[in-house]
Amino acid sequence: MWKFIVRRVFLALIIVVLGSFIIYGVMRAMPTSFVEAQARQRAAASATTGGPTYKEWLDQLTKAYHMDTDVVTGFVNWLGNVIQGDFGTSWKYGVPVIQKFNDVIWYSVVLNCITIFLEIIICIPLGIQAARHQYSGFDYGITVFAMLCISLPTFFLATLLKYTFVIKLKWIEDLYGIVGRYHEQLSQGDQILDMMRHMILPVLTLAMLNIGGLTRYTRTNMLEVLNADYIRTARAKGLPERKVINKHAFRNTLIPLVSYMSYLIPSLFSGSMITETLYQIPGIGYIAYDAMVAGDLPFTMFYSMFGLILTQISLMLADIMYAVVDPRVRVN
Amino acid sequence: MAKKDSNFISARESRRISKENIKITKKLDKKLNRKHVPESEYLTKMHDESNVLEFDDLHTYFFTDVGTVKAVDGVSYNVPAGKTVGIVGESGCGKSVTSLSLMQLLQRPSGQIVSGEIRLNLGDKAYDVAKMPIDAMRHIRGNVVSMIFQEPMTSLNPVFRIGFQLDEVIQLHNPGMSEEEVKQRSIDAIKMVGIPDAEGIYQRYPHELSGGMRQRIVIAMALVCNPRLIIADEPTTALDVTIQAQILELLRELKGKINASIMLITHDLGVIAEMADYVVVMYAGRIVEKGLASEVFLDPRHPYTIGLMESKPVINKTVDRLYSIPGSVPNPVNMPDYCYFRDRCEKCVERCSGKYPPEVHVSDTHIVSCWRYFDDPKRGGNE
Repeated sequence: MWKFIVRRVFLALIIVVLGSFIIYGVMRAMPTSFVEAQARQRAAASATTGGPTYKEWLDQLTKAYHMDTDVVTGFVNWLGNVIQGDFGTSWKYGVPVIQKFNDVIWYSVVLNCITIFLEIIICIPLGIQAARHQYSGFDYGITVFAMLCISLPTFFLATLLKYTFVIKLKWIEDLYGIVGRYHEQLSQGDQILDMMRHMILPVLTLAMLNIGGLTRYTRTNMLEVLNADYIRTARAKGLPERKVINKHAFRNTLIPLVSYMSYLIPSLFSGSMITETLYQIPGIGYIAYDAMVAGDLPFTMFYSMFGLILTQISLMLADIMYAVVDPRVRVN
Repeated sequence: MAKKDSNFISARESRRISKENIKITKKLDKKLNRKHVPESEYLTKMHDESNVLEFDDLHTYFFTDVGTVKAVDGVSYNVPAGKTVGIVGESGCGKSVTSLSLMQLLQRPSGQIVSGEIRLNLGDKAYDVAKMPIDAMRHIRGNVVSMIFQEPMTSLNPVFRIGFQLDEVIQLHNPGMSEEEVKQRSIDAIKMVGIPDAEGIYQRYPHELSGGMRQRIVIAMALVCNPRLIIADEPTTALDVTIQAQILELLRELKGKINASIMLITHDLGVIAEMADYVVVMYAGRIVEKGLASEVFLDPRHPYTIGLMESKPVINKTVDRLYSIPGSVPNPVNMPDYCYFRDRCEKCVERCSGKYPPEVHVSDTHIVSCWRYFDDPKRGGNE
């Protein structure tokens, strides 16, 4: 078992390093360069006063941002700094990368945690019920609902929700933002409540977008298990139907579900760009996109490397969870 | 309609059928899913107290989108206490469906018992299983009637230990038992089916055992609550020949030990000859011949039974080609109202063009459904 884990960790490390190298290369090859944009801006500003020209600014800035090296040297330098724990300062935001990341990530994490929790408690029972009553009205209803959720575009769904709950029903006061207008005047408890209220619509949007997939997945797997011979054996033993479903069938459905859900872990931290933009939540998805478009090398590199490491961890976790739920893959 | 007698069915027709099916199956399902039904509703009396089980004119239909399939169409036979009844027939003849009807394990909602009685003797009283709601049925399954399935490789739950799966049945039907007693009984059951190192096996998962071992565990699971009747649904089909012999030997040995009746379902005549006291031959959902094993094997009457016997390879007999019954089973939807075997039969008589043949008593115990014996029950099978 230990040998297996050590090998997996070693493999994961190689993947992370190679993966970040590819991202670094892509970032360097992007047509919009942060340095060029800065040089153009400063040249325009200093043109009237007869300051340095674009070319001079460019040379100066390229040196200052260490962009005068080739890709490999640049990457090695970056990696060297990272190993010493220095991720650098974000070019666009002007603060240390980790500080900026820490400022925005929690919005996304809270948002996604609530969403995934909601998804699991809604989708799994729905999927199981749909499978138990295959081809019934309930099953068809679930299927239609799931398909609707899968096919609705985010922006449309978000607009629809805003229109219904904010404009028509007036249950929620703000169209977007994470805090209300009088947030600063509220007591600490009310401040949290205020933020929670602003999370309702984004969570609803995200959950509805993902509900379809997981429900269908649970239903399909449950159906497969329900037709298995050992379920008939369980019934032939005289077990009550509730026990047959919740114990014998569900334990077997869990095996594919675990692998599906472990892929959700990286998505917890990767943010959701469109939803965050639509509701103007300063989460990581929104910020990382902005940084990437501006060519902010340190921030983008940190963000992608974080994602890479998380993906590797979640894959390892999936392997371990497999062994927990399925005795057939347990390694002695 | 141009394609009157083919399998073709128009979309409209199919929709109409499925709509009707839903109506019928919903009604039947509702009746089955009721809770707290008074016992008097399914209490009945055995016609003969020495029987454990009596099937009486059982009809089990499958309501499919292309029409109603009469999988079991008027089947009656008895299982006497302590005896083995063998049920033979080709695939799809309804032999498994009969046993699943008894356990109420039919694939619902499409599969339903439509009419008939299944009288089950509980010793001091008798139940009509066909009328029992699922809720009450639970106390019968695994306790009074238990089942050994065909596929040992898949009939055990892969995520639970053998011990847990055995304990579960015992606990379910003996709620007062302490944990140690339950465990001891499971281990005894594992020992009883001839597995050494019972304590070790108790801790194992199904995937760690071979096919033969798993089938032994399935048998142990069926026996552990001392049932009055064991249904063995092709218990040896998925096993290789040496293991087959072992499992049959085990079943025969155990039957003596626990004094249960066995309903042995198979398409292997050799297995029946070895095990059964009574034989029931089924064809297309109906019984064509039944009687003592010696009668049916030594003096088969129905052309189908004779055909079955002939299509079995015999040692020391040289033939160019093994005999096979010509033709195939008729379409189960819209069965004709004449002998189902008529179109394949080489021994048709004039009457065969008429209605489905009635039962003819060849002897007290030997019954055959064939027009050939209607006038002369003593007529030989191969005349």
